Amino acid sequence: MASATTTSGGRDALGSALFYVFLFLFVLVSMFPLIWIFKMSIITRAELFAAPPTIVPQNPTGSAYTQIFGDPAFQQALLNSAIIAGVTTVVCLFFGSIAAYAIARLRFRFKSPVMTLILAISFFPAVAIIAPLFLQYSALGLVDTYWAAIISDTVFALPLTVWLLVAFFKELPKDLEEAAKVDGATTIQAFRKVIVPLAAPGVFTTAILTFIFAWNEFLFATTFLFTPDTQPVTVVIPNFASQYTTDYGAQAAAAVVVTVPLVILVLIFQRRIVSGLTAGAVKG
Amino acid sequence: MTSASPEKKRRGGLLREEFGNPERRTAYYMVLPALLIILVVAFFPILQAINLSLRQATVAVTGPFVGLENYVEMFQNPDFLEGFMNTIIFTAGSVFFEFLIGLVIALAINRAFRGRGLVRAAVLVPWAFPTVISAVMWRLMFQDQIGIVNYAANTISLISQPILSDRTLLLMGAILVDVWKTTPFVALLLLAGLQTIPGDVYEAARVDGANVWQRFFRITLPLLKPTILVAILFRTLDAYRVFDLFWALSNRELESLSTFVYEGVRISQLQFAQGNAASVFIFVTAFLIALFFIKVLGMQTSMEE
Repeated sequence: MASATTTSGGRDALGSALFYVFLFLFVLVSMFPLIWIFKMSIITRAELFAAPPTIVPQNPTGSAYTQIFGDPAFQQALLNSAIIAGVTTVVCLFFGSIAAYAIARLRFRFKSPVMTLILAISFFPAVAIIAPLFLQYSALGLVDTYWAAIISDTVFALPLTVWLLVAFFKELPKDLEEAAKVDGATTIQAFRKVIVPLAAPGVFTTAILTFIFAWNEFLFATTFLFTPDTQPVTVVIPNFASQYTTDYGAQAAAAVVVTVPLVILVLIFQRRIVSGLTAGAVKG
Repeated sequence: MTSASPEKKRRGGLLREEFGNPERRTAYYMVLPALLIILVVAFFPILQAINLSLRQATVAVTGPFVGLENYVEMFQNPDFLEGFMNTIIFTAGSVFFEFLIGLVIALAINRAFRGRGLVRAAVLVPWAFPTVISAVMWRLMFQDQIGIVNYAANTISLISQPILSDRTLLLMGAILVDVWKTTPFVALLLLAGLQTIPGDVYEAARVDGANVWQRFFRITLPLLKPTILVAILFRTLDAYRVFDLFWALSNRELESLSTFVYEGVRISQLQFAQGNAASVFIFVTAFLIALFFIKVLGMQTSMEE
């Protein structure tokens, strides 16, 4: 926007050089902690404590990774995270997609209040309900089971899921379903046979974002889950600080292991994720 | 009967119209499950939290009604006050810097350039991190024996004691981590908003002799206002309920409103009732913040285009 048309080519070149310096700094600052923690995870203990700190690792070693992958508690935590986030994603997409289809494609009077109620959850401070939920889950025997986390995560992921799916469903051509209905399909059949396959890319993007949301969730997990059998990585890793007191290499390695899958997802699907995330906010 | 009947008939007719039509009936059945889950798991507990906050409640028993006693005790509790103070400083500080830096970045990258994909990925990486994990990472970098940030700050005499042993420095550190993690996302939202502003508006202004600043204050800001409000409201409410970051970065030392609630619910049984009072307090104040944005600042809330 601000790039005023200049007459001198020299000023253009300088401007564009400055622009790339700015970009480089921006990318560097964004990525620095991950790079630095990765470096911390592959250096020896002696090097970790060296002052001044080394920039390039002297004797790279994978011992921190051997150590944490050999820790059964960490393996269990990874499994717990995968189960909680996976089931939450499936449940959320199931309820979210049928609701989103109705909101995007069908006409009904109370559409606006329904959407407002769903979106209100994204402004809802989750911490405000952990006490009552804790009592409810205790009464139902759900405390310290995956379900306590899955149910709570589902509710708080729903606004994101519904919002994204509504945006995706609205983009689909309407005549296809009309044609299906003319051919005698019911609303549900039109949804299942026509919309779902066409919307697959959008649904997939939504699934990734819901999965990231549930994978990263901490408050519910740390409130409702107490034992290593159910706790996800977000709860277990901060505890490493007391378990591996001064074993900073292991803490760093654990942090890297948990974020790498997310970084890979983001790198592969960045274009879609960005269009999904910004779809709603700019409509205003 | 006579005065109520037209109203009643209209309502009956409306419901019959809504549920008599098979397409509309299907629509209601389709949104019902999602609505029920939300009502049962999120809205009903709020009522229960209000109830508990007015009683001498513990985890085990609901206890007798005590009116506003828990709220009075809560406002006299130094831990709560410290958490409230920290939450306000954290929210104001992080949202301010995130918006400012985010806007600068958005304005700078609002053009076609080589390496766009790389920048977009760099933007998303911190955002996709679990907050607790980024807190753990930064804690390692703030650490006084091995932490690069602590080392650097010490070398240039920016700090006189280790970051992790000083609460003020920890709070500043928390703001820094939040700014690092979320500014890119704010920039992304603002960039998407900028891209909806048609280029010919600027062209026309330039022809009329408006300079860069005039174009920014008279065109960019007003047209970007809806996006700015959405971004700031999202960030404010998110920062206001800060929990993960404080918890993991300070190893449970830094108090916020949310950590106060959590301690009441899960750690100190004696503060269960006060914890509930604090949770109602968070809910009500968060609601007021949202209301302020919508009513006073005129944020658009309609989702119909």
